[in-house]
Amino acid sequence: MNSTPLDRDGAGAGEVSVAVQDLVKRFGAFTAVDHVTFSTRKGEVFGFLGPNGSGKSTTIRILCGLLRPTSGRAVVAGFDVASDPESVRRRIGYMSQKFSLYNDLTVLENLRFYGGLYGVTGARLSQRINWALRMAGLHGREDSRTATLSGGWKQRLALGCAVLHRPPIVFLDEPTSGVDPLSRRQFWELIQQMAEEGVTVFVSTHYMDEAEYCNRLALLMRGRLIALGAPSELKLGAVQGDLMLLETDSLQRAIEAVRKLPQVRDAAVFGNALHLVVAGAADANQPIRAALAAARAHVLRLEVIRPSLEDAFVALTASAAAAEPIR
Amino acid sequence: MFGRIWQFVIKEFIQVWRDPRARFSLIVPPIIQVIIFGYAANFDVHNVPTAILDLDHSMESRELIARFAASGYFRVDDVLASRARIGQLIDRGRVALAIQILPGFAEDMRKRDDASVQVILDGTDSNTALIALGYVNQIAQQYQQDYRRDYLNRIAPLAARSAPQVMLEQRPWYNNNLEDRLFFVPGTLGSVMMVMVMTLTAFAIVREREIGTLEQIMVTPIRPLEFIVGKTIPYLIIALFELAVISVVGVLWFEVPMRGSALILVAGSLLFICGVLGVGLLISTVSNTQQQAMVVSFFFIQPAITLSGFGFPISSMPAALQWLTYLDPLRYYLVVLRGTFLKGIGMDRLWPQFAGMAAFAVVTLAVAAARFRKTLE
Repeated sequence: MNSTPLDRDGAGAGEVSVAVQDLVKRFGAFTAVDHVTFSTRKGEVFGFLGPNGSGKSTTIRILCGLLRPTSGRAVVAGFDVASDPESVRRRIGYMSQKFSLYNDLTVLENLRFYGGLYGVTGARLSQRINWALRMAGLHGREDSRTATLSGGWKQRLALGCAVLHRPPIVFLDEPTSGVDPLSRRQFWELIQQMAEEGVTVFVSTHYMDEAEYCNRLALLMRGRLIALGAPSELKLGAVQGDLMLLETDSLQRAIEAVRKLPQVRDAAVFGNALHLVVAGAADANQPIRAALAAARAHVLRLEVIRPSLEDAFVALTASAAAAEPIR
Repeated sequence: MFGRIWQFVIKEFIQVWRDPRARFSLIVPPIIQVIIFGYAANFDVHNVPTAILDLDHSMESRELIARFAASGYFRVDDVLASRARIGQLIDRGRVALAIQILPGFAEDMRKRDDASVQVILDGTDSNTALIALGYVNQIAQQYQQDYRRDYLNRIAPLAARSAPQVMLEQRPWYNNNLEDRLFFVPGTLGSVMMVMVMTLTAFAIVREREIGTLEQIMVTPIRPLEFIVGKTIPYLIIALFELAVISVVGVLWFEVPMRGSALILVAGSLLFICGVLGVGLLISTVSNTQQQAMVVSFFFIQPAITLSGFGFPISSMPAALQWLTYLDPLRYYLVVLRGTFLKGIGMDRLWPQFAGMAAFAVVTLAVAAARFRKTLE
């Protein structure tokens, strides 16, 4: 508990841009953030994954100085968010789920307004506005009312407004909610570009495919950090044993049959197949086939697969729910 | 610092200008209000529907009734034959007043006894009843005086000429004809300014909270004071524009005189607007939605207008309420408005009002600034 965040989660070498230690946020009797500790490196895409109400937004708002922590410490860009929020605000960009733009202003007016608030002026402002227009693909639509833009454009414009002042750290709170898949992909390319330029991108999501793009992921549940690591680490660490894919002509009879086997630790339906967690694939193969034959379920496919992030997420949340307190 | 405030001023003006409803509501409703108050707000009574029950049928009773009908204050709709009708007519609201002359009225007059006339009033509208009663009194007195003078002229012409009388000479200052609109038009200006500035300011901030831009602004390096100044300057300018529009309508259309200095009027208005801006800001700190802001502002607006002296004289209020009026910025502003428009008095007389408004503005703006933090809690 008293160790520094660096020791604990192994953010490793490189400049630390966000360091959070034992962060707690209570609203009355409700604990929204429960003793969370982690840190991020410069240039890292750091993902916050978790169901609605898990404390993602609350944590991000604390890091932006919008909410005061109940206890614990959060240092962003070298400044404590509780004692010096103004120094933090000059060094961060923040984009909320709502894409906080003025719908009755034009694209250009929105950019000028936010640029002015961040103190970006003169030649630098026009250069940054140019950059933002290019980034958002809005050249030629400068004078359109923001209300007339579709979701993907609004989202990129909101990002442009949030980073006009070139902040070293950017917080994106579910930036892709309500945006079509193509725009989501384009948006993630922008995130990767920013990270390559050395910007730390802090992003919350509940899309598994987006989580794969992150360098590291923090998995939150009910305000607690239940896992932290690169997506590959989480996938390997979450599933104890091997993961097998079973395709059969009768899911119902198959799942009943394999669940009775001592070799099968867990069985879950994934699409039109089953995912089975077994201690060792070699030992489990024959008993599974025998049990399925007895249950008159034909095996179309049975093989060892690599766990997906979704498998890891399901396994981690299940074990966290079963074994409170996880810490 | 000025750069950030300037950004806000530009943005607010663009938003107000682009919104057709906002543009409309800044110009049309204030003018309509002034016109309505200029014409409709009238304490005086004319043509009160009146019923007459003359049971005397004498020359004297007919003479008295003729005087009522000719006064212009009463409209004799019904000449009745029985007492029972009076109750029906007043219950139905057909008449507000019934004058009943009992048998023997003329005879009593001739015998120089006291002759009585009964007046029945609908007291639900106490103000109209009171004023109408005053006119009834006036007409009856005049009739009695004329009757006595005729009588004296007949029996003792010399004595009649030397009988002393108190003559009342009325000289109402500032409003020679005692026209109510001269009282109400400046008052309406004050109340319209208060309602507009307060709701516009409160709504402008709460709307940003609703659409989420307030959260975005809070993560920028803007200081709370810059935000407050940038957000309120546009509405201060708009309020001065309102002042000009309503003043022009008042002076040109309703012939309200402008006897004082326009400079004092603008200075007093600025102080008043600042105080009301402070209230609007305070409302925005306690409201999460525009609906809440609406409800909260009504809690302030209603008592503020009632206690301001807009319609009811402060001097007739109970002592506790009179003290409460000192917390009402509109109270001071109305004195400044009526003082400059009608009386033409200067700062030597108006400074206490300026002090009152300045104190109110300092307190509300300071509390609003202290309450406005850049956090969501």
